[in-house]
Amino acid sequence: MIRTFGKALAFVIVAGTAQAEEIGDAERGEKVFHTCTSCHQIGFGAENRVGPHLNGIFGRKAGAFAEDYRYSKGLLREGENGLVWDLRTLNAYIENPKALVTGTRMNFPGVKEPEKRADLLAYLRTFSDSPQNIPEAQPTGVPREVELSPEILAIVGDPEYGEYLASECTTCHQSSGSDEGIPSITHWPEEDFVVAMHAYKRKIRPHPVMQMMTSRLTDEEIAALAAYFKSIE
Amino acid sequence: MTLNRRAFIGTGAAAAALLSAPHVRAQGGGAGKVIVIGGGAGGATAARYLAKDSNGEIDVTLIEPTRAYYTCFFSNLYIGGFREISSLGHSYGGLAKAGVNVVHDWAVGVDRDAKTVTLAGGAVLPYDKLILSPGIDFVDGAVPGWDVSKQNKMPHAYKAGSQSELLKAQVEAMPEGGTYAMVAPPNPFRCPPGPYERISMVAHVLKEKNPTAKIIIADPKPNFSKQALFEEGWGKHYNGMVSWVGPDFGGGNVEVNADEMTVSIDGEVTKVDVCNVIPAMKAGRICEIAGVNEGNWAPVIGHTMQSRMDENVYVLGDASNQGDMPKSGFSANSQAKVCAMAVRGALTGSKVFPAKFSNTCWSLIETDDGVKVGATYEATDEKIVSVDGFVSQTGEDAALRKATYEESIGWYAGITADMFGS
Repeated sequence: MIRTFGKALAFVIVAGTAQAEEIGDAERGEKVFHTCTSCHQIGFGAENRVGPHLNGIFGRKAGAFAEDYRYSKGLLREGENGLVWDLRTLNAYIENPKALVTGTRMNFPGVKEPEKRADLLAYLRTFSDSPQNIPEAQPTGVPREVELSPEILAIVGDPEYGEYLASECTTCHQSSGSDEGIPSITHWPEEDFVVAMHAYKRKIRPHPVMQMMTSRLTDEEIAALAAYFKSIE
Repeated sequence: MTLNRRAFIGTGAAAAALLSAPHVRAQGGGAGKVIVIGGGAGGATAARYLAKDSNGEIDVTLIEPTRAYYTCFFSNLYIGGFREISSLGHSYGGLAKAGVNVVHDWAVGVDRDAKTVTLAGGAVLPYDKLILSPGIDFVDGAVPGWDVSKQNKMPHAYKAGSQSELLKAQVEAMPEGGTYAMVAPPNPFRCPPGPYERISMVAHVLKEKNPTAKIIIADPKPNFSKQALFEEGWGKHYNGMVSWVGPDFGGGNVEVNADEMTVSIDGEVTKVDVCNVIPAMKAGRICEIAGVNEGNWAPVIGHTMQSRMDENVYVLGDASNQGDMPKSGFSANSQAKVCAMAVRGALTGSKVFPAKFSNTCWSLIETDDGVKVGATYEATDEKIVSVDGFVSQTGEDAALRKATYEESIGWYAGITADMFGS
């Protein structure tokens, strides 16, 4: 944490001088945020998904602001240690989540370009400065990674079948939800799980193992897996 | 329960007779008895899934001589100094907690007519279904001049544990500018990229401690797993240290002399400081004892992993001859789940879904330089066939290689949790 703080400070000094007042362009930031939408919602009616909703994140303690979200132990710990989300800390976190918060479940390599981070932060802050002014027209459902037909989204998964199919996943993904090196896939909202699997299946998400594993999963099988992994304790 | 079991084992044949009566439901394990021989990636997984998924309906006994299992996968990383040996060791407490009756003994006999297994300690255990997952043994006389009595001078380190520790110590004690020789095995063998990952790990150690040392591989195979990736890595990281002698230069015509510490490759005798002999392999001995082998391996039906010799016997992992899957811990773990489902279906009538298999093998070439190869598989009546696959590419950037290595660490944590529970 201290090491990354150093990095973040360096950014503020080097790249941040010009951006100390103009933190970035919120409109460009909205485009950057598309990367985040597979896990996070923001805006009117935003809910917790794979990750917590991000309304009002500025000025809040880490691991504390979205009600009813199961934060990782790592984020809870850093919150207890006094980590508060502001421009500097969020900048460091978005650059490399796991470097700032050891043990975070946020499985994202980070936005490496300082300008993109500045734009993203500007966008995020429009939902924090005066949260009561969040425009009601702001759509919650920012476009999904893959557009799935209502029929696919409506499939009710068979958890028993999912449990058998899941045995193929648990060689790598731990059913305890632990996520060292390999992401946790437990307790995801079913829709997010389904969207993610279809994104791999259609090779929109890049990971070769996941592309291979999903390539032979049927729509019903994906729904079954989503139902099972949502349910396990 | 424990007392009943002891009495039960003690009565041998009578107990077996009782058991053969169908659908006799006792308090626990009433759906039948399963014995699993071998507590590695295949056996431990099968035992755990059977106990877990049958909620105690099936009585599962695991026979495994060692009290701590050292995984062969990642043992090369120990040799390279990337893992502690203790991090490869796993106890069987998690299986016991899952309801598996873990017996630390050698299985020395299988009577397929009486459906019993005899242990070295003398006990005779009845079974309804027997799962054999013994891993590999070495083919006698495969490398002239070598047998297991020579394994302290010329370690194989292809069953992890003390052999891995010995080989690592020998590599670290090599004289300056010394020679490490590997006698690589012919196909099929456990962990196809394993010998070449090991070369990478030995080279990593020598580059730091002994940079003028040399590595020679005598190989009976014209090509090997992830060859382009390994060769690229050896050139990039260990320039000039590694020499590979293929069959066209006599790599398959090898003789060793453990007393003289020499290796003869195609008649040319070389004095070496470490000689890592990885002989040709065969199914673990218990398969031969059980009479389920055809040649060196046990043929199985891909849909269920049932032996083609006996419908009440299943063979998993390295020991089985199933078709296209490589002999790997990942494969064994994958096969174990299909097998557990089939056995549970046969004993309890639970739903049986179509068999699906997968495998991925990660290898480390140098610090943060990880690569992988993988495939998915399905069963046909003839054999298990590959459906789809991928392999890391040469020239990948450093960030991807590092991510691949980190993923492999996650996989290790995942598969060992899946095998042994917690």
